[in-house]
Amino acid sequence: MSATVIESESSGSTAILRISGDITSGSEGDLTAAYAAAVDGGARTVILDFAGLAYMNSGGIGLLVTLLVRAQRAGVHLMATGLSDHYRQIFELTGLFAATTTPDAAAPPAPAAGA
Amino acid sequence: MSESLPPDQGGRDAGNWARPVDRLSAAGVTGAKVDSVSGKRVSGPLQGFGQLWQKTFKVRLDGSELSPVELIAMWKDRFPTFWPGGSRFYAPLAGIAPGEVALLDVQPVPGSPVKLSTGVMVLYADDESFTFMTPEGHTLSAWITFSAYRDGDVTVAQAQALERTSDPFDELAYMFGANRMNNRFWRQTLENLAKSVGVTAPSVDTQIVCIDKQRQWRHAGNVRNSATLRTARHTLTAPIRWVTRRG
Repeated sequence: MSATVIESESSGSTAILRISGDITSGSEGDLTAAYAAAVDGGARTVILDFAGLAYMNSGGIGLLVTLLVRAQRAGVHLMATGLSDHYRQIFELTGLFAATTTPDAAAPPAPAAGA
Repeated sequence: MSESLPPDQGGRDAGNWARPVDRLSAAGVTGAKVDSVSGKRVSGPLQGFGQLWQKTFKVRLDGSELSPVELIAMWKDRFPTFWPGGSRFYAPLAGIAPGEVALLDVQPVPGSPVKLSTGVMVLYADDESFTFMTPEGHTLSAWITFSAYRDGDVTVAQAQALERTSDPFDELAYMFGANRMNNRFWRQTLENLAKSVGVTAPSVDTQIVCIDKQRQWRHAGNVRNSATLRTARHTLTAPIRWVTRRG
């Protein structure tokens, strides 16, 4: 198993996080930190580029779901790109594909007061 | 029943994941009286209704010589035997492998003669973990991952759920006791697992985090598939069926 490597690139209100290596539950620190840095830098759309992804287990997909939910509640669009056929299938199976590739699905509702 | 992707058609993990399926089939299960899963779609945390919770239950297997890989192999093989009494897990004939479907009879209330019939699909499985995903109609829209790892010289067994209730009725039940019963269920399962490998007084560590306090009202319509309501309807109409049969 290899480490998660994340390279960040920002342009205006959009940030791209290029992910390579493995995504497991152990990637939480790296991924959360990269996402937080992007949002703190003013990004309202964060694109996760999975072109370099080599391995992902169920802990990794769980991590992506929790990141997606947190992004939605914060009003940040989280998008996915660069998925191989294999990872696209996993995203479809788990519902992540629709939530991270369709702008309408990714668009978060305004947080409800007191919810 | 579905299939996993051959390792030569994806990444290193390709053989560990279930392939996408439109509708589930429990054709690979025997012994269950009710199959309420075949024909249903899978439904994970993104498709559910209620608040999103991450629940982690861990137990240290002090004194056990089993490695994480050995423990997971045993857990997969004997999974139904660790469930608390009153609930049944009908394992797929092919075992706990990616894409396989298992059926369940769960007591909504301990001691109740009423059984909730539902199931799970094996979303992911490798040597050190396996993950179930729920179908439509299950009370929870969830993934639950069973794993093992080494902490120093001790093997630790873990069950971690990422779950939402599926519809407003399930959410109500969850708020009024089903959540606590669910937690008790997994704690007891881990205790049973630990006792089976010789741990005399297992202590299950529990961590529960609310990931999302908001409810997904756009998924309130999940109620049309509710196994809870179907079971309640079946129970309430039992006297009518009894009278009809006698008459």
